[in-house]
Amino acid sequence: MRGPGGGVVSQKLLFDRIDDPGLNTLPVYEARGGYESLKRALAMPREAVLQELLDSGLRGRGGAGFAMGKKASFLPKGTMDKYLVCNADESEPGTFKDRELMQKSPHMLIEGMIVAAYAADINRSFIYIRGEYQQQAAILEAAIEEARAAGYLGERILDSEHSLDLVLHRGAGAYICGEETGLLDSLEGKRGNPRLKPPFPANQGLYQGPTLINNVETLATVPHIIAMGGAEYAKLGTETSTGTKLVSVSGNVQRPGNYEIELGMPSREIVYGLAGGPEPGREVKFWFPGGSSSPVLLPEDLDLPYDFDAMAKAGSMLGSGAIIVVDDSVPVIDVALKLAKFYRHESCGKCTPCREGTNWTVKMLERIDAGEATPMDLDIIASVQQQIMGNCLCVLGDAMAMPLGSMVAKFRGEFEAHIELRRGQAGLGAPVEVLA
Amino acid sequence: MTQQVSRYEHGSRIPGWDDAVDLTKDAAVVPDPATTPVPAALRAQIEAAMARYPDARSAAIPALHAAQELHGWCSPEAIEQAACVMRLTPAYLTAVATFYDMLETKPVGRHAVYVCTNISCSLRGADALYDAVREAAGDDPDFNVRAFECLGACDIAPMASVNGEYVGPLELADAATLVEQLRAGDEVLPEKQLSRRACADPGAAS
Repeated sequence: MRGPGGGVVSQKLLFDRIDDPGLNTLPVYEARGGYESLKRALAMPREAVLQELLDSGLRGRGGAGFAMGKKASFLPKGTMDKYLVCNADESEPGTFKDRELMQKSPHMLIEGMIVAAYAADINRSFIYIRGEYQQQAAILEAAIEEARAAGYLGERILDSEHSLDLVLHRGAGAYICGEETGLLDSLEGKRGNPRLKPPFPANQGLYQGPTLINNVETLATVPHIIAMGGAEYAKLGTETSTGTKLVSVSGNVQRPGNYEIELGMPSREIVYGLAGGPEPGREVKFWFPGGSSSPVLLPEDLDLPYDFDAMAKAGSMLGSGAIIVVDDSVPVIDVALKLAKFYRHESCGKCTPCREGTNWTVKMLERIDAGEATPMDLDIIASVQQQIMGNCLCVLGDAMAMPLGSMVAKFRGEFEAHIELRRGQAGLGAPVEVLA
Repeated sequence: MTQQVSRYEHGSRIPGWDDAVDLTKDAAVVPDPATTPVPAALRAQIEAAMARYPDARSAAIPALHAAQELHGWCSPEAIEQAACVMRLTPAYLTAVATFYDMLETKPVGRHAVYVCTNISCSLRGADALYDAVREAAGDDPDFNVRAFECLGACDIAPMASVNGEYVGPLELADAATLVEQLRAGDEVLPEKQLSRRACADPGAAS
């Protein structure tokens, strides 16, 4: 039986009493039943733990939405050096959910990592945290020390056969290091350039060994799955988007912040009900459903349920669960230019379509603002986006091409009006009449 | 405004891009420990980092963080010292340092003020805030005011990271306060620090 779904979860999982003082310390976390899931998991065979993860239907919370249990099952069996890497780079604009989790409940992540490592028979693990999160890194480092002293990390955890070493690694500020293979290169001490796939990290990742990479929120959910059982967890949310999700709502809303919702909740309820909607007198103009890399959606799309499939069907994606709301006071070209400049700055430069495409997109948008463009430039912008997509090693270029393409397609009239306005201001005279 | 990238003639971002190669010079090698003095504390820090990884090279970023903390920026001397301990060429570490935004390859002020100017913050006035902070800091060499990409704190937009401490939501008037407090060595905008903020989700408290 499927639960009602689609509402604000009455019982929070990840955010349950998250502001309790001292939750970042081991005694408080343990007093609330922390590390009980680990004990339960260690009493089960590895295969059974993996089965719980598969049964839960948990999909990756970092952006791609790939089934976590399936990813873990791809790792080859047998004795070899295998690695678990927690992606805590969280640099997708609009996303700040992992920050709150790591800052307030670091042991939840550590427990999830130990259980996930047990399920996939992994003995070495890393947390790659973005360099800007200095406080969170210090909190995590202290929590790891506590966990190690209490015997949750290290050799023969709680007298079981399972051993796990956990190292916290601080990055130094690069969006591309949130891409899994760029992250691996960075973790190996190189520039964070993405790698050609295949081979996929599950076969050849960190130090050429099989590597499981998961987002912070995904791993922090694991203890809850073990506690309630995979099948029970799958009753939350919708058929294909199970469980709860942390949603970061930001931009032109009255109450920006992180909210834990059950997947499938109507998007309108998140934007208006939880985050308060735009300031009085303002309307939603468009919104990004999953970080700045997701194609924009219009106000009427707010009626869609917020889950992986509904967002994909609408031509966008759930991504990292970061909803950015833009209200009707903001010109669409400002957002487009901001985005394009961001991706130009963060392109690692390895693949030509992305390196050149992001740069030329910025130049063309600046041309519009300078009053030197004609409506034909919009077609060129759109075609450049088309030529970036799918032509690079990683999806950074696509991450600009998708929202940019959707903005030009959905707000073409506004772009054209802006072009003509600026042409007029630049004294370039009336635009050429368009032949039907 | 995103990060301003200074460009040389011909559009290159790389200093010395048009310098002719000096063919009489020896190839760059791993610095000789006998002739490269490395402060003991820095050496200990880097060696501890190297010991944490199966492959010591993974410590490149931690080593550069440590060297930057000591020298204020990734100066040629800082990189030479890190390279000496890690047994890598300075060129390798320079290549790594230039890739990452937080590793400074030019001398900078000791107070790092990163103002987020990405989309969510700019929708709430980050560009004006960035200008205000720059104006408040003026040409004080102690300040390193930068427009930064999304810092992951859109809930307190517009915001800034002040020596690693996240503060927000900031108003234009906060710019001057922030700079004064930094100059005086005080805690920066204590009531606006992210670490003191409760979760926005009303269900999280029950």
